[in-house]
Amino acid sequence: MGYDCVVCAKQVPDTKNITGQAMKDDGTVNRAALPAVFNPEDLHALETALDIRDRFGGTVTVITMGLPKACQVLRDALYRGADRAILITDRRAAGSDTLATSYILSTAIRKLAPDIVLCGRQAIDGDTAQTGPQIAEKLDFTLISYLEELQALEDQTIRVKRNVGNGWEVVEARLPVLLTVMNTANTPRPSGAKRIMRFKKAKAPAEVAGEVAAQMPQAGKPEQAAETKNRCDALAAKGLLIDQWDLSTIEADLAWCGLAGSPTKVHRIQAIVLAGGQYRQFQPTDESVGELVGELIRDHTIG
Amino acid sequence: MIEVNRKGEVWVFAEQEAGKLSDVPLELLGKGRELADTLNVPLAAVLLGKGIDDLASRLVAYGADKVYVVDHRSLDLYQAATYRKVFCDLVTRHKPQVVLFGATAMGRDFAPTVASALRCGLTADCTDLQIGEHTAPGSTQVHQGLLLQIRPAFGGSIIATIVNFDRWPQMATVREGVMVMPTPDAHRQGQVLRERVGLDGYEPPLKILEIHRREKKVDLKGARVIVAGGAGVGTKDNFKLIWELANCLGGAVGCSRAAVDLGFADKDHQIGQTGTTVRPVLYIAAGISGAVQHRAGMEESAKILAINSDPNAPIFSFAHYGIVGDLKMVIPKMIKAIRTGAKVESLATAAPARV
Repeated sequence: MGYDCVVCAKQVPDTKNITGQAMKDDGTVNRAALPAVFNPEDLHALETALDIRDRFGGTVTVITMGLPKACQVLRDALYRGADRAILITDRRAAGSDTLATSYILSTAIRKLAPDIVLCGRQAIDGDTAQTGPQIAEKLDFTLISYLEELQALEDQTIRVKRNVGNGWEVVEARLPVLLTVMNTANTPRPSGAKRIMRFKKAKAPAEVAGEVAAQMPQAGKPEQAAETKNRCDALAAKGLLIDQWDLSTIEADLAWCGLAGSPTKVHRIQAIVLAGGQYRQFQPTDESVGELVGELIRDHTIG
Repeated sequence: MIEVNRKGEVWVFAEQEAGKLSDVPLELLGKGRELADTLNVPLAAVLLGKGIDDLASRLVAYGADKVYVVDHRSLDLYQAATYRKVFCDLVTRHKPQVVLFGATAMGRDFAPTVASALRCGLTADCTDLQIGEHTAPGSTQVHQGLLLQIRPAFGGSIIATIVNFDRWPQMATVREGVMVMPTPDAHRQGQVLRERVGLDGYEPPLKILEIHRREKKVDLKGARVIVAGGAGVGTKDNFKLIWELANCLGGAVGCSRAAVDLGFADKDHQIGQTGTTVRPVLYIAAGISGAVQHRAGMEESAKILAINSDPNAPIFSFAHYGIVGDLKMVIPKMIKAIRTGAKVESLATAAPARV
């Protein structure tokens, strides 16, 4: 018995920590200087899934779509207790907007046939909160967004308290469902020391291939491929090979993936350049602050 | 997905709960009116619910030429699947070219599922909407009269303009307060159209067992003066200074997203792209660096006073008044100066006093 959960995780640039050092001389953000992190609310989705497994049995599979370096969030998920991790990576998925992304993820999730899909409410790089609801629609799973508390789960029925901003609701639905989880739902468990020791060498084939190419630059393609296969086989024997799927593996219709599958197109991007301001400066002294307040009173802004 | 339809109407999803319209659809009717006039097409509101007839005239007063009403007991309480089914039927039937939603908890639950079902685009949290043209890279075809969907992106380091030229409708969500509420005109005439949709025998997937609502504790949109604190406030305890200054000025307390994340203030107080947009007479930003997302929610304030210890903080690039200094020192000085209001004038004009 138990419930099979799939958690969708995203590796995002840490936009919360845009500091002076992350700004270039021309006043724009140096993206390369931003560390990549596990999207915060996805950690709460993972915690909810782990909690369901601990209480009711079942499995937790974490999937992410991105470049091979996104495996870092998969390893992080394994450290925290996930049973299985899957990287979905494919050049043909590049440029996907939320609609194309939800199509690709839903196609992958369908292969796993879970009872419950969990997503963070939103990702900090775009804040769109669209991908979760769109996956639910594509899978025809009942959508329960803004989970704050899992109240009950029995007989294929889930009861959830959801936070809708100006209040809360208790709702019930039959499985399968897709939950989007708020950061107020729980406290994500830390990585387990033993699990870190066990999974720190876990890698996806694309990472192994990158490593081989870097270590054997002189070798020919067939030789590199053979070495990659050897290393992957060795990892697989130890249960440390992260599953890697591409659009062919999940039998995605390419018309709905990547740029071609994305109805939204970028018309224009304007970098924000911070120009020097024309503000009137007052000093942090009693006198100068008093002068400012006096002026605001005189022109009836305050008082 | 529907075909490109240049005669298509501009639609606003008229979000309501328990027979009460939210502010956002009314604000969106103001912007929608402008877009519809530019495109020379009608502006319509789509009203779903049960026993909601009397709301239609209000939507007309705020600018709608037409109101599509679906009144059905299955629509009494909002849930994504049921609303989506009905809404997508209406889109397929009437083929609007633009559809706008409020980026409320309901709108952010609902709009993505509509976009997914229609396989069209959706741009979240737009801070401006315009009509313009687009030429795709590597193409010479000019797409005219498109909805330009403008929003800050990537941590506020860029402003992105998004278009959607082939798979329609063009859809966007907008936060509360971003668009200016139009003045209602009770004499405006509009058509109220009752729509039939096939919900017979339909079983909504979600059972809503309990609903609890609380009144918004904070009225940011109506405040004349707002004192807002950010991460630079440092601690929750220091944040009391923000409250003190606001109380002293009879103003409201706002904050940046960072302050919410740090637990200094409740989400109700958040100002910015993903919070509330405000236009007070005076906006005091203390310990707020001034990231684009925050700026989007307050830059139209009549006067902006920035207090920040970092002279290079972006907030100074669009503030009218600035004090470079520690807010823990500056705010008490301000409070003192305001309390002694009358004396302040003489102090300011007198010879340099003690420091």
